[in-house]
Amino acid sequence: MSKIQQSLSNQKSFIAFVTANDPDLETTVQNVLALAEGGADLVEIGIPFSDPVADGPVIQKADVRALKDPNLPVDDIFEAVQKIRQQSDVPLAFLVYCNMVFQYGYDAFTAACAKYGVDGLIIPDLPYEEQGELTPYTKKHGIDLIPLVTSQSGDRIPRLVKGMTGFVYLVSSNGVTGQRSEEDFSQNLDQLVDSVRRATDLPIEIGFGIHSPEQANEMAALADGAIVGSACVAICEQYGRQAPAHLKDYAQEMVTAIRG
Amino acid sequence: MTNEKTGRFGQFGGQYVPETLIPELNRMAAAYEEAKQDPAFQHDYRELLANYANRPSLLYYAKNMTKDLGGAKIYLKREDLNHTGAHKINNVIGQALLAKRMGKKRLIAETGAGQHGVATATIAALFGFECDVYMGKEDTDRQQLNVYRMELLGATVHPVETGTKTLKDAVNAALQAYAANPDDIFYVMGSATGPHPYPSMVRNFQSVISEESKLQLQKAEGRLPDKVVACVGGGSNAIGSFAAYIDQPAVTLIGVEAAGKGLHSTDTAATIELGSTGIFHGMKSLFLQNKAGQINPVYSISAGLDYPGVGPEHAFLAATKRAKYVGITDDEAVGAFEYIAKQEGIIAAVESCHAIAYVQKLAPTLPKDEIIVCTVSGRGDKDVAAIAKYQGVEINE
Ligand SMILES: Cc1ncc(COP(=O)(O)O)c(C=O)c1O
Repeated sequence: MSKIQQSLSNQKSFIAFVTANDPDLETTVQNVLALAEGGADLVEIGIPFSDPVADGPVIQKADVRALKDPNLPVDDIFEAVQKIRQQSDVPLAFLVYCNMVFQYGYDAFTAACAKYGVDGLIIPDLPYEEQGELTPYTKKHGIDLIPLVTSQSGDRIPRLVKGMTGFVYLVSSNGVTGQRSEEDFSQNLDQLVDSVRRATDLPIEIGFGIHSPEQANEMAALADGAIVGSACVAICEQYGRQAPAHLKDYAQEMVTAIRG
Repeated sequence: MTNEKTGRFGQFGGQYVPETLIPELNRMAAAYEEAKQDPAFQHDYRELLANYANRPSLLYYAKNMTKDLGGAKIYLKREDLNHTGAHKINNVIGQALLAKRMGKKRLIAETGAGQHGVATATIAALFGFECDVYMGKEDTDRQQLNVYRMELLGATVHPVETGTKTLKDAVNAALQAYAANPDDIFYVMGSATGPHPYPSMVRNFQSVISEESKLQLQKAEGRLPDKVVACVGGGSNAIGSFAAYIDQPAVTLIGVEAAGKGLHSTDTAATIELGSTGIFHGMKSLFLQNKAGQINPVYSISAGLDYPGVGPEHAFLAATKRAKYVGITDDEAVGAFEYIAKQEGIIAAVESCHAIAYVQKLAPTLPKDEIIVCTVSGRGDKDVAAIAKYQGVEINE
């Protein structure tokens, strides 16, 4: 069982997200540590991209803030991970667009993940059909490639999750990341969870659009936990370099709501 | 090496989009495969091309240019004479028929200069689809007339404020809208770009350009052309101009990219000449990007060529050296805009003038018994004001 799966199997889980280099890498290190201290079971670090097609306005704006210098080297982000690792062993995953991994080199990127301590990869624009070019390297270096399942997936679900490790990222609504009202969540989410459950033993974590403790509680009750992205990034946007303390409070609040 | 079924052209192509879109793209690919075999679909497509879009378009012998340049014989494939004034309509008719077949109610499209947006809004009006067009804020400001045209046709135009606020960002926004509602929407892709099945499907719908030119030239000259020249943004008019000749090795295929302020400047959109392999907008292809993999801002005077990527089949034709790609600067394109107007009485789109500018260079180097077919992808009315401004002329609209 991978480190991520282990961490998410213990209890209902809270997964948080921040964008790297928003507004600088020092703050990112502190943000991740604060979320871990607040009780996050996994922290996703977004590698900023010029064209984050799967992300809504909040995370798009974070990517713009993070890419003041568009030449930000990916190695600087690995260095930040190294600093996090000196103080915390919270499971970490990168949310990264495929081109960033491709340019770095699939082998080199996954090797660096293993070396610096990134446990998993979430690549929104690398669907099942194209994963074969990367999986030899995630396997070689022991990195979880997280499968995404949506309300569109239907009879694809068994294929999507077969042989995968880490957890299943269940996308609760179509479209992009961002805050949503109750009505926007895909209907029949419980049926979707059931279909995934039948296909795999991996923990199922629901994400896309969750922001309030009530929603998180509801989603975690349906599955094994909740993933919260835009709401964390909104805190980063509001508080900038002072975000760590606020993220810690927020994580505590969410963890309490989720674990009851 | 190319595989229509999986949308691979050598290593290029593929379907690099979020899981939300994959089932719908698979349905689209299956529906298209079926439609391709269905005589009724082919009949409807040909019928609309003939009786709505005004095809076949002329293959016009450019006598004055030929004489003036003093080399190869020049024929112009006149896509500017199509209804809505560009090649874009060929593709839109095909995709809209497919949308109808799939029971869709709403068409969405991205647009740069507005040509593809206008073509989509036009067919949406004809067929009774709802229509949303995504267009970068820079471009809605530069092309207000086309925005109003689309609105006249009943479409809603969404100015896109993210990123560089141009074509690339319009594609991002259209992909996002599509992902939010894949069951109801048909995304009419404007070029031979994006995830499978678009590159093959758009190529096939645009192939009518070279199917016609091949027959027309056969009739006029009794033979194949020596060179085929077309401008390349995403690459739809070029791939359509090449398609019928790809398996004829004697025919040289030349794609002309927008070099903007020059191949040595950063203000350029010459993707094939300067780009590197990457994964973006659903495809593995060539892109203008930095070392880390961030997509570069690009530049050309022509909003239709102002795109940091290119369709995967062009990347493949370049890699296998079946086609050759060259760059033409803003200055050269504006020169060609004026040249073809004065020589032939044709006001051609500034996109197309990139191809014309290359013909101006190429023709004099070739013997008189060679033949060039150059595609005029669109008409230039939309560009008149911008060209006047470029030349420092003030006009009151
Ligand atoms: C007249 C004209 N030509 C060419 C293009 C470039 O597109 P493509 O390379 O797909 O033909 C455009 C795009 O807007 C256009 O309007």
